[in-house]
Amino acid sequence: MYNFDLIKPKTLADAVAAMGDGAQALSGGQTLLPTMKQRLADPGTLVSLTGIPELQGVCQGDGGIIIGGATPHAVVAKEALKYYPALAALAGQIGDPAVRNRGTIGGSIANNDPSACYPAAALGSGAIIQTNAREIAADDYFLGMFETALDDGEIVTAVKFPVPQVAAYIKFVQPASRFALVGVFVAKFADGVRVAITGASNNGVFRWSEAEAALSANFTPDAIAGLTLPADDMIADLHGSADYRAHLCGVMTKRAVIAAG
Amino acid sequence: MTKTTMTVNGKPVAAETEGRTLLSAYLREGLGLTGTHIGCDTSQCGACVVHVDGKAVKSCSVFAQDVEGADVKTIEGMANPDGSLSVIQQAFQDNHGLQCGFCTPGMVMSSAALLAENANPTETEVRHYLEGNICRCTGYHNIVKAVMATSGQTVPAE
Ligand SMILES: Cc1cc2nc3c(=O)[nH]c(=O)nc-3n(C[C@H](O)[C@H](O)[C@H](O)COP(=O)(O)OP(=O)(O)OC[C@H]3O[C@@H](n4cnc5c(N)ncnc54)[C@H](O)[C@@H]3O)c2cc1C
Ligand code: FES
Ligand code: FES
Repeated sequence: MYNFDLIKPKTLADAVAAMGDGAQALSGGQTLLPTMKQRLADPGTLVSLTGIPELQGVCQGDGGIIIGGATPHAVVAKEALKYYPALAALAGQIGDPAVRNRGTIGGSIANNDPSACYPAAALGSGAIIQTNAREIAADDYFLGMFETALDDGEIVTAVKFPVPQVAAYIKFVQPASRFALVGVFVAKFADGVRVAITGASNNGVFRWSEAEAALSANFTPDAIAGLTLPADDMIADLHGSADYRAHLCGVMTKRAVIAAG
Repeated sequence: MTKTTMTVNGKPVAAETEGRTLLSAYLREGLGLTGTHIGCDTSQCGACVVHVDGKAVKSCSVFAQDVEGADVKTIEGMANPDGSLSVIQQAFQDNHGLQCGFCTPGMVMSSAALLAENANPTETEVRHYLEGNICRCTGYHNIVKAVMATSGQTVPAE
């Protein structure tokens, strides 16, 4: 790994000020450290976000719940349980306990791995991504594989989730990495159903609009029985072909509808 | 190089670090605590698990300077004060929960973290919690038995 300077500010204002040229945010490091070990990233300075109290924790507000950008998955799994059980369950299935003790929601959302779990929850819930500079609707935030609307040096400070009437996340686990081979987040709100799919597309997380329309009219697995997704843009690797992933999208969506009840 | 201080196994310690010094290197090379093993160095195997402020973390995937001042516990801190094995370590020995022993420090630290959170886990909970710890020797069953035995429970033979 190339060397760098690590700084650990105690306030968000100091962290923002430190995000100058060649600086990169460090949260749990569960993605960034392996990337740096492979010399795929070479920041001159890492600005650790783990010592900033205002980026930590889960609370109620704005008609939903607000999760601080540097809140580890394990904390969300526990503290979001009483507000948003499907989100807590998703956080509790990420990686393994040691990964969940370090990895954070802000890091996951900023990284936007095409097989990561949180992007499905954020897009499926219609969450708002709050940064040090602005608020971005999830629909405008996830731009493609490892691509987001964040500008250089912009820090995710919180993610605000509207809480649906019912919701569920079902992930078909890729057993070696524990990421999603395909993961589907289904959320039913008073004004309609949202379906977000991760792990499947070369363009990262996406909404399945045909399934949303069918489920908004009739929230049962039968409503999507005849629907399929084209395999053209699906990920194909040694764990599953594009056709297999396209098929799994339908199966996982049905299971998520059943689990949401 | 700067001096990075923390508390390791109850004692205040200090060692020189660069930004890129991993917690695993700080423990092994800086402090000579080689009980923490490096299996994969890519956060996959769990051999390097230690406790940082009471939480299990993979020390190969944390920078030493990022946990400056933390309270760290390693496998060297697990034995009883008189040097005898702790209940959990003894249970690993009694239940043949290790063969080559390479994964054992991480297995013991992860298991201890589980039992601190959940004193009476089910067999399923033990297996779920140890998902990030890989063992190439035992087939896991005896490890699960050891953790269950530590919590005063038994599991049926396979
Ligand atoms: C063994 C293993 C299994 C895993 N399994 C899963 C899984 O099942 N599902 C899943 O979704 N993920 C999984 N992950 C990934 C894990 O959830 C990571 O923790 C997460 O993707 C990144 O979060 P982090 O806090 O560690 O970010 P870091 O690694 O610190 O950072 C990742 C990137 O985001 C940037 N960044 C970090 N925080 C912010 C911020 N607040 N604002 C702006 N930019 C920021 C960094 O500069 C970097 O580019 C796994 C990881 C491992 C090692
Ligand atoms: S050496 Fe750290 S997880 Fe394998
Ligand atoms: S005892 Fe050999 S790897 Fe687990």
